[in-house]
Amino acid sequence: MKFTEEHEWLRPDGDEIIVGITTHAAEQLGDVVFLELPEEGTTVSKDDEVVVIESVKAASDILAPIDGEITEVNTALADNPGAVNEDPQGEAWFFKMKPSDPSQMDDFMDEAGYQAFIA
Amino acid sequence: MTRLKRTPLFDLHAELGAKMVPFAGYEMPVQYPMGVMKEHLHTRGRAGLFDVSHMGQVLLSGPSWDAVALAFEALVPVDVLGLADGRQRYGFFTNDAGGIEDDLMFSRRGDALFVVINAGCKDADLALMRAGLPDDITLTELSDRALLALQGPAAGSVIASLDARAAAMRFMDTCELSLCGHTVWASRSGYTGEDGFEISVHADEAVALAQRLVEDAEVAPIGLGARDSLRLEAGLCLYGNDIDAATGPVGAGLSWAIQKVRRPGGARAGGFPGSKAIFDEIAQGPATKRVGLRPEGRAPMRQGVALFASAEGGAQIGSVTSGGFGPSVQGPVAMGYVDTDFATTGTALWGEVRSKRMGLKVVDLPFVPAGFKR
Repeated sequence: MKFTEEHEWLRPDGDEIIVGITTHAAEQLGDVVFLELPEEGTTVSKDDEVVVIESVKAASDILAPIDGEITEVNTALADNPGAVNEDPQGEAWFFKMKPSDPSQMDDFMDEAGYQAFIA
Repeated sequence: MTRLKRTPLFDLHAELGAKMVPFAGYEMPVQYPMGVMKEHLHTRGRAGLFDVSHMGQVLLSGPSWDAVALAFEALVPVDVLGLADGRQRYGFFTNDAGGIEDDLMFSRRGDALFVVINAGCKDADLALMRAGLPDDITLTELSDRALLALQGPAAGSVIASLDARAAAMRFMDTCELSLCGHTVWASRSGYTGEDGFEISVHADEAVALAQRLVEDAEVAPIGLGARDSLRLEAGLCLYGNDIDAATGPVGAGLSWAIQKVRRPGGARAGGFPGSKAIFDEIAQGPATKRVGLRPEGRAPMRQGVALFASAEGGAQIGSVTSGGFGPSVQGPVAMGYVDTDFATTGTALWGEVRSKRMGLKVVDLPFVPAGFKR
């Protein structure tokens, strides 16, 4: 699992990457009440806004961590946005993507690096 | 940068695990470890304790009640003289254009008037009062007092367990209570739509009283985050969002606070700043009105969202002034101003969120029925 400075996690799953936000990010956001997720099949570039996440107090954007195509979206989150607070690094993943340049993953932090980053 | 001020409860907030944020010049708790959603629901279900010590507390005194009340009537379009001892009323300072300079609560304490004003307007309000009140009225800023609000259906039993006299208080009654040996000024009121009390206590005694209250199993400390969602669900205006110096009381839906005696034909009609503009608005109806709005999807529509009459094109007909997620409603709720033609309950409108128009409906306020003890 890799981590970005934008508090996303990326977990390789075959030739795809599963993307979500970290427990730390979910704690900072507070109660999540709404998610706007991307469409399957969308091609995105690194730093494109792909998800809007609304907590009780504010809206935040989640950026695409790498270039690629969105292959699957966790539609269960639309009905249960609170899952982001309950299990951010498990059940409440946002989307899967097929990277066009898997080497972009090398830029990100490992778990120990991320823990040091947020400490 | 000016240093943020702290209320007497600052250390207690830290002890209770609050996340502090700057608010109106103060470092205030926005939420506790429970989180905004649970804090909101706890207040609606049991009782929440809020630190509102950042608000201004002022005492006006003078040669007689009539002198104090009539002097204050020169600043507000509200019936002050007719206020019975031990009663509280909602009001607002107006400007010459008929806009609202601040909204406030005032109560009669014998021949004196106790006024609670918003933190962000405190300095301006004090200047306005000093300039507008005659020399025989003494204005005392009570900066040595803290203000606690205990809100929610259990607030009555919690306070009555400390002083049985509280049980007899009705909505908007005020009196002196003795809570665990602290003499406080309590009013049965608040700003959450729930039954509850606002408690003015000497700053030195505030921590002990707050600690005693949060020890009660019914009571949890609640931050400004939930205070905002509670007052929004209750349809109550937040000064600076839903009302300001450019909005008048009529369009804001606050005409009920202007009693007959101060209106044209009343015994003490007018005599406050902007009376002509406000009377014209009462007679002709306002151009825009504050309404409740229910977004149809799950996406919150927040302050600043532009409102339209159609799904595409057309001129903007209004905007959201307060909006977010209503934990008790379990969905997005908002308030805003729309052209009067579109203010009828049930009107379908569109709000533009992230360049997309999404449906919403004009609905009656409040979103959650009030629990006041009438």
